Amino acid sequence: MYSQGLLGANTDTDETEDFLAAFQARIDAEEKIEPNDPMPAAYRKTLIRMISQHAHSEIVGMLPEGNWITRAPSLRRKVALLAKVQDEGGHGLYLYSAAETLGVSREQLTEELLSGKAKYSSIFNYPTPTWADIGAIGWLVDGAAIMNQVPLCRCSYGPYARAMIRVCKEESFHQRQGYELMRKLTRGTDEQKAMAQDALNRWWWPSLMMFGPSDTDSQHSDQSMKWKIKRFTNDELRQKFVDATVPQAELIGLTMPDEHLSWNESKNNGEGGYDFGEIDWDEFWRVVKGHGMMNKDRIATRKKAWDDGAWVREAALAHARKTRERKEAA
Amino acid sequence: MSSEPMIPLWEVFIRPRNGLHHKHVGSLHAADSEMAVQAARDVYTRREEGNSVWVVRAEDIVASDPSRSEENFDPAADKVYRHPSFYDIPDEVGHM
Repeated sequence: MYSQGLLGANTDTDETEDFLAAFQARIDAEEKIEPNDPMPAAYRKTLIRMISQHAHSEIVGMLPEGNWITRAPSLRRKVALLAKVQDEGGHGLYLYSAAETLGVSREQLTEELLSGKAKYSSIFNYPTPTWADIGAIGWLVDGAAIMNQVPLCRCSYGPYARAMIRVCKEESFHQRQGYELMRKLTRGTDEQKAMAQDALNRWWWPSLMMFGPSDTDSQHSDQSMKWKIKRFTNDELRQKFVDATVPQAELIGLTMPDEHLSWNESKNNGEGGYDFGEIDWDEFWRVVKGHGMMNKDRIATRKKAWDDGAWVREAALAHARKTRERKEAA
Repeated sequence: MSSEPMIPLWEVFIRPRNGLHHKHVGSLHAADSEMAVQAARDVYTRREEGNSVWVVRAEDIVASDPSRSEENFDPAADKVYRHPSFYDIPDEVGHM
C-alpha cells in the first residue's frame, strides 16, 4: 500500500480551483510529483498516454532492427545490434513500470497496443530493407529520440523523469554506433556509399516527423508545457535536431534530401540555424492512422509473440503456485 | 486476454558495490522470486550497475501515507537545535 502500485486505489480528485492552483504552484516550484500525490485527472491521463506510447515505441522499435541481427556483417556489429535491441526491451520495461505507477495495469497496456487502440511512434512503420537502414536508425531515429528524451529527464512526474535518466544514459551508444556504421559505409565502395545515401534519403523525413505535429496543430502541447511534462515544443525540438544533424551528414559526405535546406543566420535568436523544407504532413497522418508500409506487420508480429508466449506465462505462474503450496505444506 | 491472471509486480533494489546501500532502481513483473531476481539482473545490471540484487513483492511494502506527510515530516523543519550549526562555540576551538 502507498508504495508504487495504485491498482484499485481511488484516484478521484475534487478539482476545485484551489486544488488546481496548489498543484500548479508545486509544478512552478519545480517540485516533482510522485505516484501517490494528488494530481488532476487530466495530468494523470496525459502522462499515461505519453508514457505508454513511449513504452510501446520501445517495444515495437525492436522489430525493424531485430530483423538484421542474424545478418549483421561482422561479429562486432552483431553484438552491438544485439545489445541495442536488448536495451530497447529494457527501456520498454522502465517505461511500462512508470506508467503503471499511475494506476494502469501492464495487461491493459499490452491489450491496448495489440488492439491498435494505443499508438506508438510512426517511425517504426517504415521497413528496413538494407543494412544501411540500421545505421540510419541509430544515427537519426535514436538521435531524434534523444533530443526528445533529454528534456524529459526533467519532467515533473518523478517516475517518468527517473526512467528517462536511465534511458538517456543507455541510448548514447545507440546513436554513436549508428553514425559509425554510416561513416564506415560512406568510406567503402561506391555501392556502399550509395546504400548509405539511399537510407538517409528514406529516413530523414520520417525522423523529422518523430517530433510530432507542428506547434500550430499540436493538440497536447500547451497544457503539457504548463505542467512541465514537456519542456520544449515539437517545433523547437525539431529545429534543434536539424541543426545538430545537418553538419554530421556533411562530415561523412552525405547529402540531406531537402533542396530547401539552407543556413539562416537570423534563426535561434541570432545564433543561426537551418531553414528546411515543408514536411509531408499527409504522409505523417496516413502512417499515424495505420496506413504505413509496416503497421499491420508490426502489430501482427507483436500479437504473435504475445500469443506464442501465453503457455510460458501460464507455466511460470503454475510453477510459482506449486512451489508456494509445497512450501506451505512442508 | 483480459482474463489472464496478473503476473505480480516486484520492486528492485541494487547495491552498486560493497559498502553502499541497496537502492531502489525500478520494478518488474515476474511469476516468482527466482524469476524476479533473474529478470532484475538482466534488466537493471547490464552495465555493471551493481553486485547484489534484492527483489520485494510490491504489495509487501508498507509505506507512510502520503496524505499525512505534513504531520509526519514537517515538524522536523523547526528543530534546528538538532543540527551542529545551531550551537555557538569560539573559532579558536577549531574543528569540533
